[in-house]
Amino acid sequence: MFDNFKIMWHQGKQFIPNVTTAKVPGIFRGRPIITRAKIDEAILVGLCPVKAISSNPVCIDLGKCTFCGECAIQFPDKISFTTDYKLSSNERDRLIIKEGDEAPIIVNPDTIRKEIHRLFGGSLKLRQVSAGGDNSCEWELNSSNNVQFDVSRFGVDFVASPRHADGIVITGPITENMAESVERCYNAVPNPKVIILVGTDAISGGIFADSPALNRDFLSKHTVDLYVPGNPAHPLTFINGVLSLLQKTKI
Amino acid sequence: MQHISINNNQSIALSEIPELIYSEFMKGNLELLSGKPERHCVNYFGYKTSGSIKLICCIADDVVHQIFVSSAIVDAVSILPSFTAQNHNFEKFEREIHENFGIPYSDHPWLKPLRYAHDRFDKSQVIGKYPFYKVESEELHEVGVGPIHAGIIEPGHFRFICNGEQIMHLEIQFGYQHRGIENLFLQKKKLLERTTLAENIAGDTAVGHSTAFVNLWESLCGYTPDPSLDFARTVALELERMANHTGDLSGVCADIAYQLGNSVYGRLRTPIINFLQEWGGNRLGKGLIRAGKINFPFTQTLADRLTEVFKAYEPDFNEITEKLFKLPSALSRMEKTGVVTYDEVLEIGTVGMAARMSGLNRDIRASHPSNLYGSILHKPVIKHHGDVYSRVQIRKEEIRQSIGYLKQLIANIPEFKKSEEFTATPLSDRFVISLVEGWRGEICHCAITDHSGNLVIYKIKDPSYHNWMALAQAVRNNDISDFPICNKSFSLSYSGQDL
Ligand code: SF4
Repeated sequence: MFDNFKIMWHQGKQFIPNVTTAKVPGIFRGRPIITRAKIDEAILVGLCPVKAISSNPVCIDLGKCTFCGECAIQFPDKISFTTDYKLSSNERDRLIIKEGDEAPIIVNPDTIRKEIHRLFGGSLKLRQVSAGGDNSCEWELNSSNNVQFDVSRFGVDFVASPRHADGIVITGPITENMAESVERCYNAVPNPKVIILVGTDAISGGIFADSPALNRDFLSKHTVDLYVPGNPAHPLTFINGVLSLLQKTKI
Repeated sequence: MQHISINNNQSIALSEIPELIYSEFMKGNLELLSGKPERHCVNYFGYKTSGSIKLICCIADDVVHQIFVSSAIVDAVSILPSFTAQNHNFEKFEREIHENFGIPYSDHPWLKPLRYAHDRFDKSQVIGKYPFYKVESEELHEVGVGPIHAGIIEPGHFRFICNGEQIMHLEIQFGYQHRGIENLFLQKKKLLERTTLAENIAGDTAVGHSTAFVNLWESLCGYTPDPSLDFARTVALELERMANHTGDLSGVCADIAYQLGNSVYGRLRTPIINFLQEWGGNRLGKGLIRAGKINFPFTQTLADRLTEVFKAYEPDFNEITEKLFKLPSALSRMEKTGVVTYDEVLEIGTVGMAARMSGLNRDIRASHPSNLYGSILHKPVIKHHGDVYSRVQIRKEEIRQSIGYLKQLIANIPEFKKSEEFTATPLSDRFVISLVEGWRGEICHCAITDHSGNLVIYKIKDPSYHNWMALAQAVRNNDISDFPICNKSFSLSYSGQDL
């Protein structure tokens, strides 16, 4: 009994007091900044393993980017990654960062479905479905609810059954072999419901985008409410994205 | 039997692999294994070559530290006797060969689909129609779990046959995670694309699989890496091991409803993966391991940081571990639960922790060392009971061992050269096998090039490929309520199995 208290005491305060302002340690690759420096754009575009970079003007699509950092290593004057982990948006286009863009990426309050805040603002129960996910985003979603990130303090929880859920969180590029299960899980969630895509694999297929073993039809049939970039997505990217989606004003 | 004997990461001309007639090939490989627990099949696969199928079998010998490679050419229509009928080590390998090429085996006891690969031979096999083993009895019932599980984990389908609360039989069906990675390795020609693929085989083993890939790739290109690269890979592998073991201890505590252990181990994983981020910008070590270079040299500042991390980690780890291993309610859940015996693991051919838990000494770090493991002189942690407790003990001791190795490594940081683009290209008509002891166990990558140096096959084997069968064996005669803790104590990969 006393040992338990001792152990608890020794942990100190682990939780991150403010998840919207916390700093991540070290050289996290978050929102990139692209300068107007002149470089050989063809080489830059060609080096990216997932065709996330386009030219004229140079843009990086964070829905495709695996955050490998190679572009910034090869062209340090052109591209740098900041530690800003707020990468989520409800609009796919906002994940595309253009030359000169320095503004934060936001969840656009004007285009969030109106009922989301009203119905789920106080409590959002999510069913996670891994559909070809490599267990990195899955680990980070689990971490979102460890004692440090503690997302459940905001009323956001992962539940075991889709019937108890308000929406689904998809990780992975959606394999052909999982396509039916994803659809069935989504159908089992009562209306109204949200769809959140976590990680580059889910958003664009990532490095698997042109594999014939995928079936991403689900995404053309349904509206996605939130895109959470990363490979894997950082817990703070996920948590901040969800909080913005729910339009939580009190953190 | 005729075979060529090679070292881990040694590149040889494809023509040096003896080509035998199937009957000799089979007899020879079975003989190599018979009565030799120090040997096991690390890879056995086929690929199409001018209208026929070439089978390549690789048997590792842990005592002489060599891998015996032989081959045979077969067609896809003749009925062949299976290796598996005589040695169950080959069960998965032959299922895969059958699934990919349709080779009919006359006596394979369990010739079911393995992963419903996109390019499978028989497209009429679909994932919703897996032929589960059935027992007709009024007393027994079936429990189906998955593909989507209760927690945030990868998909797979478990079918239990139970007598009341007791599990009689478990069959695990895979394939849901299949992304066609091996084919993408051939399709995508850029090195960075392939490295990214390797990092995404199993995201919890990004370092393990990318290290297997770059070791292989450098050898295939006839390139000798700088010692600083071997240093970085070894450090990253041990950090990945520590992080995953710590996370698994947290998971095991969750499954026995020991909340304090769950929280403490869970939060102790954070500083380790955050250190990986401080070093390479990614908590799971993606972006860190590259062929012929490293974008993030390991510096003295990082070494000092890691020393600080250990200073904070160790007392808290020791305190909770001492508590957990003395807690009667925890011990009673772990001891004698989910037992797999030495004879069983030998028959299945398990690797890594799932071998060492039952007294079978299999650890690539000691038996076929690559990178800096040759100089570490690693002593594998071996347990004998094959139960949840043994698997948990291995993690506890390996974490301490990894800390020891890491401290020793960072006391002597080599000089990192300025990173340069890797421009070497693969040699033509070569074969390379690369073995790495990831945190779960042995990772094996094989590659073959054609006469112009293009990849003709890239073969990946995650340790889970062997070890899932051990989980199915472990839960027999256990209560179904003990399934989660058995499963967590193995902590196997679905994506690594399905590719
Ligand atoms: S960091 Fe992103 S954009 Fe840059 S090369 Fe890597 S994947 Fe491409």
